[in-house]
Amino acid sequence: MMTQREALEVLAAERRERVVVTTMSSVGIWPTLSDGPKDFAYLPSSMGQGISIALGLALAKPGLGVISVMGDGSLLMNLGSLITVASHPANLAIILLDNGLYEVTGGQPVANAGRTDFAGMARAAGIPHVFAFDDLEQWKQHAGQIIAGPGPSFTWLKVQARYGQKTPLPPRPMAEQIQRLRGAIGN
Amino acid sequence: MEDGNVHFGSELRIPNSTFRIMLDGPAITDSLEACGITHVVWIPDSHLGTWESALLRSPSITLIRCCREGEAIAVAGGLMLGGAKPVVIIQCTGLFEAGDALRNIVHDLKLPLILLVGVRSQIARETTGTGDNCPTFTVPIVDAWMLPHVMLHPERHGASDVIAAVRALQNGERAGVLLIAE
Repeated sequence: MMTQREALEVLAAERRERVVVTTMSSVGIWPTLSDGPKDFAYLPSSMGQGISIALGLALAKPGLGVISVMGDGSLLMNLGSLITVASHPANLAIILLDNGLYEVTGGQPVANAGRTDFAGMARAAGIPHVFAFDDLEQWKQHAGQIIAGPGPSFTWLKVQARYGQKTPLPPRPMAEQIQRLRGAIGN
Repeated sequence: MEDGNVHFGSELRIPNSTFRIMLDGPAITDSLEACGITHVVWIPDSHLGTWESALLRSPSITLIRCCREGEAIAVAGGLMLGGAKPVVIIQCTGLFEAGDALRNIVHDLKLPLILLVGVRSQIARETTGTGDNCPTFTVPIVDAWMLPHVMLHPERHGASDVIAAVRALQNGERAGVLLIAE
């Protein structure tokens, strides 16, 4: 099974010019891989809403391309968003980092940890392009095609659990992040 | 703070209007179009739902259906980051559910989110009385989130009132709530 960092390193290599919206634990890793104006650390957040922020952004800017990175704890707080994404097709790639726990609170298991078929849920919601990987080499092999492909897509990555993590800090204040992002996407 | 004839406080006040029509779907749609609204992100209730056919006929407004009200607020936040001009339309019960998303979009991201919130049983509360506690909690909760608001009655207010309220918020780049008495 891959680590979160390994999974995100692959994404960083393949994201091209797309906006990447990270939230919760991925905010602690992503800025060390990419920290440009199109990297939006959604923190402070309303947990689970990263996917919805990303959808709104993708709908406002159809040519932009948006990637939403979230954990299983976050997605479980906003499962209905999969339905909304399916019903409002946009250039949006969802990357789910599933470690089976709430990492930033110390590592308590999420409900039904390890038994939920997230790919099956995404398919059932109607998301047209759904993928699942628990092997780093397989993810490396297909990531470029998935990210460059039509949206919306949903990619479920099984990653190693980490314990004892602290809530990450955003790389810069939210106002500065928003200003950078809007400048980069032409608002 | 003043903006034209509209005065902001904890309660958003609008001037007496001389142009009265029923505040129905066409009136709401015309108002939102006049204010340059690009998207309506919503979860309808039995009153707000009567606006749907008019909203769908709009050539300039895209209707986005969400599953929960907090989600709708976050989608609107993303739309605003991308330069669109959305409003969120939900019932007060959904507002109760959506508090954390509202806190985040308005007070963390500081985006000027505009909501139209149907207040279930407000008209009955003002006339015949009601056992529904929705009107009891709606305004205090909007106040708790530190949002200016105005109460609009479908039989007393019209398109010009909606336009005045929305434009006042837009001109001030402020978040706020138009409460719709149901």
